[in-house]
Amino acid sequence: MRRRQQEARLGFLEGAPLDLRPTRATGVRGVATRIKERWDRPVFFGVSSISLVALGLILFFIFREAAPVLGEIGLANFFSARWSPTGSPPSYGALPMLTGSAMVTLAALLVSIPLGFGAAAFIAEVAPRWMKDVAKSVLELLAGVPSVVYGFFGLMIVAPALQAGLGLATGRTALTAAVILGIMALPTIASLAEDALTAVPDSYREASMALGATRWQTIRDVTFPAAFSGLIGASILGMGRAVGETMAVLMVAGNAPQITASLLKPVRTLTGTIALEMAETPFGSSHYHALFGLGVILLVIALITNGLAEWFRGRLARKHGR
Amino acid sequence: MIAQVIAANPRRRRLAQRIAFTLLTISTLSAFLALGAILYTMLANGASALSWEFLSQFPRKMMTEGGIYPALVGSFYLTAGAVIVALPFAMASAIWLSEYSRGGLWVRVIRVGVNSLAGVPSIVFGLLGLAFFVKVLGFGVSVLSGALTLALLILPILIRASEEALQAVPMNFREGALALGASKWHAVRTVVLPSAIPGILTGLVLGISRAIGETAPIMFTAAAFYMTRLPEALSDKVMALPYHIFVMATESPNYWRTRDLQFGAALVLLGMVLVMNLGAVTWRARVRRRKQW
Repeated sequence: MRRRQQEARLGFLEGAPLDLRPTRATGVRGVATRIKERWDRPVFFGVSSISLVALGLILFFIFREAAPVLGEIGLANFFSARWSPTGSPPSYGALPMLTGSAMVTLAALLVSIPLGFGAAAFIAEVAPRWMKDVAKSVLELLAGVPSVVYGFFGLMIVAPALQAGLGLATGRTALTAAVILGIMALPTIASLAEDALTAVPDSYREASMALGATRWQTIRDVTFPAAFSGLIGASILGMGRAVGETMAVLMVAGNAPQITASLLKPVRTLTGTIALEMAETPFGSSHYHALFGLGVILLVIALITNGLAEWFRGRLARKHGR
Repeated sequence: MIAQVIAANPRRRRLAQRIAFTLLTISTLSAFLALGAILYTMLANGASALSWEFLSQFPRKMMTEGGIYPALVGSFYLTAGAVIVALPFAMASAIWLSEYSRGGLWVRVIRVGVNSLAGVPSIVFGLLGLAFFVKVLGFGVSVLSGALTLALLILPILIRASEEALQAVPMNFREGALALGASKWHAVRTVVLPSAIPGILTGLVLGISRAIGETAPIMFTAAAFYMTRLPEALSDKVMALPYHIFVMATESPNYWRTRDLQFGAALVLLGMVLVMNLGAVTWRARVRRRKQW
């Protein structure tokens, strides 16, 4: 009983003699013991590839199911301007969704990049300690709000407000989606931009202030330029997230598959189309494969934006020796 | 630039700084405002729908009355399933990255994999779930397919959080254990892991709150519009809270008659997620402050 207590208390010493006799780890052992003691490295090594396996599954299945886009649908059809899967003949043109996604995303970034950089500069350079913590927590909470709640908020509050304010036929437009998406991308961009600004060494700021620059001049002319590649990385990652956002956009964008230059008209995005139509699409039909084709476009955009963002952020880290 | 600085009139420079800092403050306040507006809207419109019956009853009369009980239970099943599947893999992966790997190409490849997975849009996870779990493995539209899809989605979140927590454990903890004759695994299991538990739990809570709010990955893999009973097996469809909000607000034939119920459901989801996130964030801050090793 006492012995057990002692063992419990000493925890990790179990099996390890306290004197200096050769321990089990250094002594001569049989093959069986060696295998029993050495299972850990290969097992953890094997399991560590799980995220690669997951990524591989995604790539394989999305591309496999999208392959008929090249064959039975044809690239000319897939990149045409008319999306009408139930028409005769059916038409699977992805262009309206590409322009819709691009429009909504770029408009959203016009909101979230200035606000995000501003909030980042405030948190990293201006705010006192306690406010820094509060602001970061608020950003984290904002990032945690489920996208369906954002969509519901947009549907109930933002869409009616825009409809009444601008006298539109419908409140569900590209602009509504851009506003909601802008709010959603804000925390991503702000917290990554803040990381970038924090990575700039203090000696830069001190040198600038020693030359007589004000704090604002230091931020504008020294810190921001020094953090530039990190800020670009933050924006690109924010863009990638915005393109891939589904539910909120689906609920407020209006979902009309048209090519338009007006932010005040309903548009459809790549993600919205998949979410809207996949459930009613027969498995293995041309329509089903076309929707996976949209998925390939999304996946490629996500991987490219992710890679670019990593590269830019890595450049910043290399530059400042971290 | 030096010439600029010297040339500028001091009063103008101070004014410029004041204007600029005001703008920076306003940008930050916009985040506060957005969170406040969402929270206020849901509270003001949804609080009246909340009651014990709302949480504990099935929807009635074509979902125009009654509660969200089956959606709550369904979300619980899906999230719990995702965590049970993802957590062991994520922990092992993080342990390897933090404790066993010795740098090099393979580590870089895995990190790229984790980061890329984190950047894949959630609807693409839904597509994978449909093509692989639902069709190829034949699980059908079910709790199992949905939980597995969500597990893949939260995998990178859990790996990153666990690895960060393990990295935060000081090196001399490991050295102490190894010097006493413990094997590598023994040191990790009895010294490093227990010290990293708070950080890992924080990541776990964040992962759970992410999984519970996701709609796109479960739309074609698990979610049902309406069910008269709770799921009894892994192969049953389920109702889920976020999907329930979505269909009630947009696709239900009676969507304009049930606004109170929709706000109520959105309030419940938002409340759960915010409470979990707030708890995780404040706890993490406290642990970081207290554990200065």
